[in-house]
Amino acid sequence: MYPASFDYLVPATLEEALETLGRYEDDAKVLAGGQSLIPLMKLRLAAPRALVDINRLPGLDTLAEENGGLRIGALVRHKTCERSDLLGGRWGTLGAAAPLISDPIIRNLGTVCGSLAHADPQGDWGSALLAMDAEVVTRGPDGTRTIPVGELFEGPFMTTLAPTEIITEVRVPDPGPVAGGTYLKLERKVGDFATVGVAVHLSMADGRVGRAGIALTAVGPTNLRATAAEEALTGSELTDGAIREAARLAAEAAQPYSDTRGSADYKRTVVRVFTERGLRAAAEAVGAPVPPAGQGEPVTTGEALEATERHDYFSGQGTVGGVMDELGDKPGGPDGGER
Amino acid sequence: MKVTVVVNGQERSAEVEPRLLLVHLLRDRLGLTGTHIGCDTTSCGACTVLLDGTPVKSCTMFAVQADGREVTTVEGLAANGKLHPIQEGFKEEHGLQCGFCTPGMLLASKALLEENPDPSEEEIRWALSGNLCRCTGYQNIVNAVQWTARKLQSDSATTGAS
Repeated sequence: MYPASFDYLVPATLEEALETLGRYEDDAKVLAGGQSLIPLMKLRLAAPRALVDINRLPGLDTLAEENGGLRIGALVRHKTCERSDLLGGRWGTLGAAAPLISDPIIRNLGTVCGSLAHADPQGDWGSALLAMDAEVVTRGPDGTRTIPVGELFEGPFMTTLAPTEIITEVRVPDPGPVAGGTYLKLERKVGDFATVGVAVHLSMADGRVGRAGIALTAVGPTNLRATAAEEALTGSELTDGAIREAARLAAEAAQPYSDTRGSADYKRTVVRVFTERGLRAAAEAVGAPVPPAGQGEPVTTGEALEATERHDYFSGQGTVGGVMDELGDKPGGPDGGER
Repeated sequence: MKVTVVVNGQERSAEVEPRLLLVHLLRDRLGLTGTHIGCDTTSCGACTVLLDGTPVKSCTMFAVQADGREVTTVEGLAANGKLHPIQEGFKEEHGLQCGFCTPGMLLASKALLEENPDPSEEEIRWALSGNLCRCTGYQNIVNAVQWTARKLQSDSATTGAS
Protein backbone atom coordinates (compact mmCIF):
# COMPACT_ATOMS: atom_id res chain seq x y z
CA MET A 1 0.00 0.00 0.00
CA TYR A 2 1.28 3.42 -0.91
CA PRO A 3 0.48 6.53 1.07
CA ALA A 4 -0.55 9.70 -0.74
CA SER A 5 2.34 11.92 -1.77
CA PHE A 6 3.79 14.30 0.77
CA ASP A 7 6.73 16.63 1.28
CA TYR A 8 9.37 15.21 3.59
CA LEU A 9 11.30 17.64 5.73
CA VAL A 10 14.11 16.97 8.14
CA PRO A 11 14.67 20.02 10.32
CA ALA A 12 17.98 20.36 12.17
CA THR A 13 16.56 22.34 15.09
CA LEU A 14 13.29 22.52 17.00
CA GLU A 15 12.86 26.12 15.83
CA GLU A 16 13.17 25.00 12.24
CA ALA A 17 10.66 22.21 12.87
CA LEU A 18 8.15 24.67 14.31
CA GLU A 19 8.71 27.06 11.43
CA THR A 20 8.08 24.23 8.96
CA LEU A 21 4.89 23.12 10.73
CA GLY A 22 3.71 26.74 10.65
CA ARG A 23 4.36 26.99 6.94
CA TYR A 24 2.02 24.06 6.24
CA GLU A 25 -0.53 25.44 8.72
CA ASP A 26 -2.75 22.55 9.72
CA ASP A 27 -1.63 20.13 7.06
CA ALA A 28 1.69 18.77 8.29
CA LYS A 29 2.31 15.92 10.72
CA VAL A 30 5.21 15.32 13.06
CA LEU A 31 7.02 12.04 12.32
CA ALA A 32 8.69 10.44 15.34
CA GLY A 33 8.43 6.65 15.56
CA GLY A 34 5.80 6.56 12.83
CA GLN A 35 4.43 3.23 14.00
CA SER A 36 0.85 4.52 14.12
CA LEU A 37 1.10 7.38 11.64
CA ILE A 38 2.60 5.39 8.76
CA PRO A 39 -0.04 2.61 8.89
CA LEU A 40 -2.73 5.32 8.88
CA MET A 41 -1.11 6.96 5.88
CA LYS A 42 -0.85 3.64 4.06
CA LEU A 43 -4.56 3.06 4.62
CA ARG A 44 -5.15 6.65 3.45
CA LEU A 45 -6.91 7.43 6.69
CA ALA A 46 -4.33 10.18 7.01
CA ALA A 47 -2.89 12.11 4.09
CA PRO A 48 -0.85 15.02 5.40
CA ARG A 49 0.70 17.38 2.87
CA ALA A 50 4.01 17.20 4.70
CA LEU A 51 5.88 15.12 7.27
CA VAL A 52 8.27 16.88 9.61
CA ASP A 53 10.74 14.23 10.72
CA ILE A 54 11.99 15.12 14.20
CA ASN A 55 14.20 12.05 14.57
CA ARG A 56 17.39 13.98 13.96
CA LEU A 57 16.66 16.77 16.42
CA PRO A 58 19.13 16.84 19.30
CA GLY A 59 18.21 16.73 22.98
CA LEU A 60 14.82 15.02 22.79
CA ASP A 61 15.86 11.57 24.00
CA THR A 62 16.09 12.26 27.73
CA LEU A 63 14.65 9.68 30.11
CA ALA A 64 15.69 10.82 33.57
CA GLU A 65 14.60 11.77 37.05
CA GLU A 66 14.79 15.44 37.84
CA ASN A 67 13.85 17.09 41.15
CA GLY A 68 12.01 13.92 42.15
CA GLY A 69 9.94 13.88 38.96
CA LEU A 70 10.49 12.14 35.65
CA ARG A 71 11.15 13.54 32.18
CA ILE A 72 10.46 11.54 29.04
CA GLY A 73 11.63 13.30 25.86
CA ALA A 74 9.85 13.24 22.51
CA LEU A 75 12.27 10.71 21.03
CA VAL A 76 12.27 8.22 23.92
CA ARG A 77 11.23 4.89 22.39
CA HIS A 78 9.03 2.30 24.10
CA LYS A 79 12.05 -0.02 24.06
CA THR A 80 14.12 2.47 26.06
CA CYS A 81 11.41 2.53 28.73
CA GLU A 82 11.11 -1.25 28.68
CA ARG A 83 14.83 -1.65 29.35
CA SER A 84 15.28 1.23 31.74
CA ASP A 85 16.20 0.26 35.30
CA LEU A 86 14.72 3.58 36.33
CA LEU A 87 11.11 2.60 35.69
CA GLY A 88 10.62 0.26 38.64
CA GLY A 89 9.62 1.16 42.18
CA ARG A 90 7.89 4.52 42.31
CA TRP A 91 7.55 4.48 38.52
CA GLY A 92 6.30 0.89 38.46
CA THR A 93 3.13 1.77 36.54
CA LEU A 94 5.23 2.97 33.61
CA GLY A 95 7.70 0.11 33.86
CA ALA A 96 4.83 -2.40 33.75
CA ALA A 97 3.17 -0.76 30.74
CA ALA A 98 6.26 -0.47 28.51
CA PRO A 99 6.77 -4.17 27.63
CA LEU A 100 3.05 -4.65 26.96
CA ILE A 101 2.91 -2.12 24.14
CA SER A 102 2.38 -3.69 20.74
CA ASP A 103 5.29 -6.00 19.82
CA PRO A 104 9.06 -5.84 20.33
CA ILE A 105 9.86 -4.59 16.82
CA ILE A 106 7.31 -1.79 17.03
CA ARG A 107 8.74 -0.87 20.43
CA ASN A 108 12.14 -0.29 18.85
CA LEU A 109 10.77 2.74 16.99
CA GLY A 110 7.52 3.92 18.59
CA THR A 111 7.71 6.77 21.09
CA VAL A 112 5.88 7.62 24.32
CA CYS A 113 5.11 11.19 23.24
CA GLY A 114 4.00 10.06 19.80
CA SER A 115 1.60 7.64 21.41
CA LEU A 116 0.07 10.45 23.47
CA ALA A 117 -0.23 12.71 20.41
CA HIS A 118 -1.95 9.88 18.54
CA ALA A 119 -4.58 9.72 21.32
CA ASP A 120 -5.80 6.23 20.56
CA PRO A 121 -8.24 5.26 23.34
CA GLN A 122 -6.73 1.79 23.09
CA GLY A 123 -3.24 3.18 23.71
CA ASP A 124 -1.48 2.10 26.88
CA TRP A 125 0.70 5.08 27.72
CA GLY A 126 -2.31 7.38 28.02
CA SER A 127 -3.67 5.40 30.95
CA ALA A 128 -0.31 4.83 32.63
CA LEU A 129 0.48 8.55 32.44
CA LEU A 130 -3.03 9.63 33.48
CA ALA A 131 -2.72 7.46 36.57
CA MET A 132 0.57 9.18 37.35
CA ASP A 133 -0.81 12.71 36.86
CA ALA A 134 1.62 13.45 34.06
CA GLU A 135 1.59 16.47 31.80
CA VAL A 136 2.99 17.09 28.35
CA VAL A 137 5.24 20.02 27.53
CA THR A 138 4.69 21.48 24.09
CA ARG A 139 6.40 24.04 21.91
CA GLY A 140 4.44 26.03 19.39
CA PRO A 141 4.42 29.37 17.62
CA ASP A 142 3.32 31.03 20.87
CA GLY A 143 6.00 29.43 23.00
CA THR A 144 5.92 26.69 25.60
CA ARG A 145 2.90 25.37 27.46
CA THR A 146 2.12 22.38 29.65
CA ILE A 147 -1.05 20.34 29.29
CA PRO A 148 -2.14 17.73 31.86
CA VAL A 149 -2.60 14.42 30.06
CA GLY A 150 -6.24 14.47 31.21
CA GLU A 151 -6.78 17.67 29.23
CA LEU A 152 -4.81 16.51 26.21
CA PHE A 153 -7.29 13.88 25.08
CA GLU A 154 -10.43 15.28 23.50
CA GLY A 155 -11.87 12.20 21.86
CA PRO A 156 -10.73 9.20 19.81
CA PHE A 157 -7.57 10.30 17.98
CA MET A 158 -8.28 13.92 18.92
CA THR A 159 -6.20 16.13 21.18
CA THR A 160 -6.12 19.73 22.31
CA LEU A 161 -2.75 20.14 20.58
CA ALA A 162 -2.60 22.78 17.87
CA PRO A 163 -1.47 21.39 14.49
CA THR A 164 1.57 23.66 14.72
CA GLU A 165 2.59 22.39 18.17
CA ILE A 166 5.09 19.67 19.05
CA ILE A 167 5.14 17.68 22.28
CA THR A 168 8.74 18.01 23.43
CA GLU A 169 8.45 15.87 26.55
CA VAL A 170 6.22 14.30 29.18
CA ARG A 171 6.77 15.25 32.79
CA VAL A 172 5.63 13.02 35.60
CA PRO A 173 5.45 14.73 39.00
CA ASP A 174 7.27 13.42 42.07
CA PRO A 175 5.03 10.65 43.47
CA GLY A 176 6.71 10.88 46.88
CA PRO A 177 9.04 8.38 48.52
CA VAL A 178 6.52 5.58 49.10
CA ALA A 179 4.80 4.95 45.80
CA GLY A 180 4.25 2.22 43.28
CA GLY A 181 1.85 0.76 40.82
CA THR A 182 1.34 -1.47 37.86
CA TYR A 183 -0.38 -1.85 34.52
CA LEU A 184 -2.54 -4.79 33.51
CA LYS A 185 -3.53 -5.45 29.94
CA LEU A 186 -5.76 -8.02 28.31
CA GLU A 187 -5.00 -8.63 24.66
CA ARG A 188 -5.89 -11.48 22.33
CA LYS A 189 -2.29 -11.81 21.22
CA VAL A 190 0.95 -9.86 21.23
CA GLY A 191 0.61 -6.81 19.02
CA ASP A 192 -3.16 -6.61 19.20
CA PHE A 193 -4.89 -3.57 20.57
CA ALA A 194 -5.89 -3.81 24.23
CA THR A 195 -9.23 -5.43 24.95
CA VAL A 196 -8.99 -3.73 28.33
CA GLY A 197 -6.11 -2.13 30.20
CA VAL A 198 -5.97 -0.78 33.74
CA ALA A 199 -3.23 1.45 35.15
CA VAL A 200 -2.92 1.73 38.91
CA HIS A 201 -0.68 4.03 40.91
CA LEU A 202 -0.54 4.64 44.67
CA SER A 203 1.34 7.29 46.64
CA MET A 204 1.28 6.55 50.35
CA ALA A 205 1.36 8.97 53.29
CA ASP A 206 1.56 7.68 56.88
CA GLY A 207 0.28 4.25 55.97
CA ARG A 208 -2.73 5.60 54.14
CA VAL A 209 -3.32 6.35 50.49
CA GLY A 210 -2.09 9.88 49.83
CA ARG A 211 -3.03 9.78 46.18
CA ALA A 212 -4.49 7.06 44.02
CA GLY A 213 -4.33 7.03 40.25
CA ILE A 214 -6.54 4.62 38.31
CA ALA A 215 -6.96 4.92 34.55
CA LEU A 216 -8.61 2.71 31.97
CA THR A 217 -7.66 1.70 28.44
CA ALA A 218 -10.00 0.78 25.57
CA VAL A 219 -13.24 1.27 27.48
CA GLY A 220 -14.21 4.76 26.35
CA PRO A 221 -13.66 7.46 23.75
CA THR A 222 -10.31 8.30 25.37
CA ASN A 223 -8.17 6.78 28.10
CA LEU A 224 -10.37 7.36 31.13
CA ARG A 225 -9.63 8.28 34.70
CA ALA A 226 -11.67 6.39 37.28
CA THR A 227 -12.10 9.50 39.39
CA ALA A 228 -14.64 8.16 41.88
CA ALA A 229 -12.46 5.13 42.58
CA GLU A 230 -9.43 7.37 43.10
CA GLU A 231 -11.33 9.61 45.49
CA ALA A 232 -12.73 6.70 47.46
CA LEU A 233 -9.22 5.40 48.09
CA THR A 234 -7.65 8.73 49.00
CA GLY A 235 -7.03 8.96 52.72
CA SER A 236 -8.12 5.40 53.35
CA GLU A 237 -6.18 2.35 54.42
CA LEU A 238 -5.70 -0.41 51.89
CA THR A 239 -8.24 -2.79 53.33
CA ASP A 240 -9.86 -5.58 51.40
CA GLY A 241 -13.12 -3.67 51.44
CA ALA A 242 -11.55 -0.43 50.20
CA ILE A 243 -9.87 -2.24 47.33
CA ARG A 244 -13.04 -4.03 46.29
CA GLU A 245 -15.09 -0.84 46.48
CA ALA A 246 -12.55 1.02 44.34
CA ALA A 247 -12.64 -1.80 41.81
CA ARG A 248 -16.43 -1.61 41.69
CA LEU A 249 -16.29 2.17 41.14
CA ALA A 250 -13.67 1.80 38.41
CA ALA A 251 -15.92 -0.68 36.58
CA GLU A 252 -18.73 1.84 36.90
CA ALA A 253 -16.56 4.52 35.32
CA ALA A 254 -15.83 2.37 32.27
CA GLN A 255 -17.78 3.11 29.09
CA PRO A 256 -17.12 -0.08 27.18
CA TYR A 257 -18.72 -1.07 23.91
CA SER A 258 -19.17 -4.53 22.45
CA ASP A 259 -16.92 -5.48 19.58
CA THR A 260 -14.93 -8.43 18.25
CA ARG A 261 -12.76 -8.36 21.36
CA GLY A 262 -15.59 -8.82 23.80
CA SER A 263 -18.96 -7.66 25.01
CA ALA A 264 -19.38 -4.49 27.01
CA ASP A 265 -20.32 -6.55 30.09
CA TYR A 266 -17.25 -8.70 29.76
CA LYS A 267 -14.96 -5.69 29.47
CA ARG A 268 -16.56 -4.01 32.46
CA THR A 269 -15.97 -7.14 34.50
CA VAL A 270 -12.33 -7.21 33.40
CA VAL A 271 -11.96 -3.58 34.55
CA ARG A 272 -13.21 -4.58 38.00
CA VAL A 273 -10.97 -7.65 38.24
CA PHE A 274 -7.89 -5.82 36.92
CA THR A 275 -8.40 -2.82 39.21
CA GLU A 276 -8.61 -5.15 42.17
CA ARG A 277 -5.53 -7.12 41.11
CA GLY A 278 -3.66 -3.93 40.27
CA LEU A 279 -4.41 -2.39 43.66
CA ARG A 280 -3.27 -5.54 45.48
CA ALA A 281 -0.04 -5.51 43.45
CA ALA A 282 0.43 -1.80 44.12
CA ALA A 283 -0.19 -2.35 47.84
CA GLU A 284 2.54 -4.95 47.81
CA ALA A 285 4.85 -2.62 45.88
CA VAL A 286 4.46 0.15 48.47
CA GLY A 287 4.98 -2.29 51.32
CA ALA A 288 1.47 -2.02 52.69
CA PRO A 289 0.16 -5.24 54.20
CA VAL A 290 -1.53 -6.88 51.27
CA PRO A 291 -5.07 -7.72 52.19
CA PRO A 292 -6.06 -11.26 51.35
CA ALA A 293 -8.08 -11.55 48.19
CA GLY A 294 -11.31 -11.78 50.17
CA GLN A 295 -14.08 -14.24 49.63
CA GLY A 296 -14.97 -11.27 47.66
CA GLU A 297 -17.04 -10.98 44.61
CA PRO A 298 -15.70 -13.43 42.15
CA VAL A 299 -17.49 -13.45 38.85
CA THR A 300 -20.65 -15.37 39.57
CA THR A 301 -21.68 -18.16 37.31
CA GLY A 302 -24.77 -16.18 36.37
CA GLU A 303 -22.72 -13.11 35.52
CA ALA A 304 -20.28 -15.12 33.45
CA LEU A 305 -23.04 -16.93 31.62
CA GLU A 306 -24.83 -13.70 30.92
CA ALA A 307 -21.65 -12.12 29.61
CA THR A 308 -21.00 -15.14 27.39
CA GLU A 309 -24.51 -15.11 26.01
CA ARG A 310 -24.33 -11.45 25.18
CA HIS A 311 -20.89 -11.78 23.71
CA ASP A 312 -21.34 -11.27 20.02
CA TYR A 313 -17.99 -11.97 18.49
CA PHE A 314 -18.83 -10.90 15.01
CA SER A 315 -21.14 -7.94 15.33
CA GLY A 316 -18.42 -5.33 15.74
CA GLN A 317 -21.15 -3.02 17.01
CA GLY A 318 -19.65 0.08 18.50
CA THR A 319 -21.21 2.79 20.56
CA VAL A 320 -18.24 5.09 20.24
CA GLY A 321 -18.72 5.59 16.58
CA GLY A 322 -17.38 4.92 13.17
CA VAL A 323 -13.82 6.00 13.72
CA MET A 324 -13.13 3.33 16.29
CA ASP A 325 -14.79 0.64 14.24
CA GLU A 326 -12.92 1.62 11.15
CA LEU A 327 -9.54 1.82 12.79
CA GLY A 328 -9.79 -0.89 15.34
CA ASP A 329 -11.89 -3.68 14.08
CA LYS A 330 -11.73 -3.88 10.35
CA PRO A 331 -9.76 -6.91 9.26
CA GLY A 332 -6.53 -5.65 7.82
CA GLY A 333 -6.83 -2.44 9.83
CA PRO A 334 -3.77 -0.94 11.44
CA ASP A 335 -3.16 -3.73 13.82
CA GLY A 336 -0.51 -3.63 16.46
CA GLY A 337 -1.93 -1.43 19.15
CA GLU A 338 -0.04 1.53 20.30
CA ARG A 339 2.88 2.71 18.32
CA MET B 1 14.82 12.93 -3.17
CA LYS B 2 18.12 11.12 -3.26
CA VAL B 3 18.70 8.53 -0.58
CA THR B 4 21.93 6.75 0.16
CA VAL B 5 21.73 3.65 2.31
CA VAL B 6 24.44 1.16 3.16
CA VAL B 7 22.71 -2.10 2.36
CA ASN B 8 24.52 -5.25 3.46
CA GLY B 9 27.79 -3.33 3.57
CA GLN B 10 27.40 -1.77 0.14
CA GLU B 11 26.54 1.87 -0.42
CA ARG B 12 23.42 2.12 -2.59
CA SER B 13 21.75 5.29 -3.83
CA ALA B 14 18.41 5.90 -5.46
CA GLU B 15 16.19 8.78 -6.44
CA VAL B 16 12.90 8.20 -4.61
CA GLU B 17 9.60 9.79 -3.75
CA PRO B 18 9.31 10.41 0.00
CA ARG B 19 6.32 8.07 0.14
CA LEU B 20 8.36 5.08 -1.04
CA LEU B 21 8.50 2.55 1.78
CA LEU B 22 11.85 1.08 2.75
CA VAL B 23 10.64 -2.40 1.79
CA HIS B 24 9.84 -1.19 -1.74
CA LEU B 25 13.26 0.44 -2.05
CA LEU B 26 14.84 -2.87 -1.14
CA ARG B 27 12.64 -5.10 -3.28
CA ASP B 28 11.67 -3.01 -6.30
CA ARG B 29 14.59 -0.64 -6.70
CA LEU B 30 17.53 -2.63 -5.39
CA GLY B 31 16.22 -6.06 -6.40
CA LEU B 32 16.62 -7.53 -2.93
CA THR B 33 13.46 -9.61 -2.85
CA GLY B 34 14.50 -11.66 0.16
CA THR B 35 12.64 -9.17 2.34
CA HIS B 36 9.00 -10.23 2.14
CA ILE B 37 5.83 -8.21 2.35
CA GLY B 38 3.31 -10.10 4.44
CA CYS B 39 0.46 -8.21 6.04
CA ASP B 40 1.52 -4.72 4.93
CA THR B 41 -0.15 -3.45 8.12
CA THR B 42 2.72 -3.58 10.63
CA SER B 43 1.51 -6.81 12.20
CA CYS B 44 3.40 -9.80 10.86
CA GLY B 45 7.11 -8.93 10.84
CA ALA B 46 7.85 -10.69 7.52
CA CYS B 47 9.47 -7.46 6.26
CA THR B 48 11.79 -7.14 9.29
CA VAL B 49 15.25 -5.81 8.45
CA LEU B 50 17.99 -4.47 10.69
CA LEU B 51 18.46 -0.71 10.73
CA ASP B 52 21.83 0.06 12.29
CA GLY B 53 21.52 -3.38 13.90
CA THR B 54 18.00 -2.91 15.31
CA PRO B 55 15.02 -4.86 13.93
CA VAL B 56 12.42 -2.64 12.25
CA LYS B 57 9.42 -3.38 10.04
CA SER B 58 10.47 -2.09 6.64
CA CYS B 59 6.83 -1.72 5.55
CA THR B 60 6.40 0.87 8.28
CA MET B 61 9.30 3.14 7.49
CA PHE B 62 9.94 5.39 4.52
CA ALA B 63 13.10 4.86 2.51
CA VAL B 64 14.05 8.51 3.10
CA GLN B 65 14.16 7.83 6.84
CA ALA B 66 16.97 5.34 6.26
CA ASP B 67 19.14 7.90 4.49
CA GLY B 68 22.74 7.65 5.71
CA ARG B 69 22.04 4.54 7.76
CA GLU B 70 22.91 0.85 7.52
CA VAL B 71 20.37 -1.77 6.55
CA THR B 72 20.88 -5.52 6.80
CA THR B 73 18.58 -7.81 4.86
CA VAL B 74 18.51 -11.60 4.66
CA GLU B 75 20.79 -11.35 1.62
CA GLY B 76 23.47 -9.91 3.89
CA LEU B 77 23.59 -12.89 6.25
CA ALA B 78 25.56 -15.49 4.31
CA ALA B 79 29.15 -14.54 3.52
CA ASN B 80 31.69 -16.13 1.19
CA GLY B 81 29.31 -18.90 0.26
CA LYS B 82 28.88 -19.86 3.89
CA LEU B 83 25.60 -19.67 5.74
CA HIS B 84 25.35 -17.39 8.75
CA PRO B 85 25.08 -19.45 11.98
CA ILE B 86 21.46 -18.38 12.41
CA GLN B 87 20.69 -19.72 8.93
CA GLU B 88 22.49 -22.94 9.80
CA GLY B 89 20.40 -23.17 12.95
CA PHE B 90 17.13 -22.82 11.04
CA LYS B 91 18.36 -25.48 8.60
CA GLU B 92 19.51 -27.91 11.28
CA GLU B 93 16.40 -27.59 13.43
CA HIS B 94 13.92 -27.33 10.56
CA GLY B 95 12.89 -23.84 11.72
CA LEU B 96 10.76 -23.24 8.66
CA GLN B 97 8.25 -24.84 6.40
CA CYS B 98 7.05 -22.46 3.69
CA GLY B 99 9.82 -19.98 4.46
CA PHE B 100 7.77 -16.83 4.05
CA CYS B 101 8.39 -15.50 7.56
CA THR B 102 11.95 -16.80 7.66
CA PRO B 103 13.89 -13.68 6.53
CA GLY B 104 12.22 -11.64 9.28
CA MET B 105 12.68 -14.44 11.81
CA LEU B 106 16.38 -14.73 10.96
CA LEU B 107 17.05 -11.03 11.37
CA ALA B 108 15.04 -10.67 14.59
CA SER B 109 16.85 -13.76 15.95
CA LYS B 110 20.25 -12.43 14.93
CA ALA B 111 19.56 -9.14 16.76
CA LEU B 112 18.42 -11.07 19.84
CA LEU B 113 21.56 -13.22 19.98
CA GLU B 114 23.83 -10.22 19.56
CA GLU B 115 22.24 -8.63 22.56
CA ASN B 116 21.66 -11.76 24.60
CA PRO B 117 23.94 -14.66 23.57
CA ASP B 118 22.25 -17.14 25.90
CA PRO B 119 18.52 -16.45 25.87
CA SER B 120 15.99 -18.62 27.68
CA GLU B 121 13.12 -20.13 25.74
CA GLU B 122 10.84 -17.46 27.15
CA GLU B 123 13.21 -14.69 26.09
CA ILE B 124 13.34 -16.12 22.57
CA ARG B 125 9.55 -16.34 22.31
CA TRP B 126 9.24 -12.82 23.70
CA ALA B 127 11.83 -11.39 21.28
CA LEU B 128 10.17 -13.05 18.29
CA SER B 129 6.62 -12.17 19.29
CA GLY B 130 6.48 -9.47 16.61
CA ASN B 131 7.13 -12.07 13.89
CA LEU B 132 4.28 -14.34 12.90
CA CYS B 133 4.70 -17.85 11.48
CA ARG B 134 1.71 -19.77 10.17
CA CYS B 135 3.48 -23.11 9.63
CA THR B 136 5.76 -24.21 12.40
CA GLY B 137 3.91 -23.53 15.61
CA TYR B 138 7.17 -21.76 16.56
CA GLN B 139 8.70 -24.71 18.40
CA ASN B 140 11.34 -25.43 15.77
CA ILE B 141 12.09 -21.73 15.42
CA VAL B 142 12.83 -21.60 19.14
CA ASN B 143 14.97 -24.74 18.76
CA ALA B 144 16.83 -23.11 15.87
CA VAL B 145 17.68 -20.04 17.90
CA GLN B 146 18.83 -22.22 20.79
CA TRP B 147 20.95 -24.32 18.39
CA THR B 148 22.56 -21.15 17.08
CA ALA B 149 23.21 -19.81 20.56
CA ARG B 150 25.02 -23.04 21.50
CA LYS B 151 26.94 -23.04 18.24
CA LEU B 152 28.07 -19.41 18.61
CA GLN B 153 29.12 -20.06 22.19
CA SER B 154 31.13 -23.17 21.35
CA ASP B 155 32.69 -21.33 18.37
CA SER B 156 33.77 -18.43 20.54
CA ALA B 157 35.07 -20.85 23.22
CA THR B 158 37.15 -22.57 20.55
CA THR B 159 38.41 -19.28 19.21
CA GLY B 160 39.19 -18.14 22.72
CA ALA B 161 41.20 -21.30 23.44
CA SER B 162 43.30 -21.24 20.31
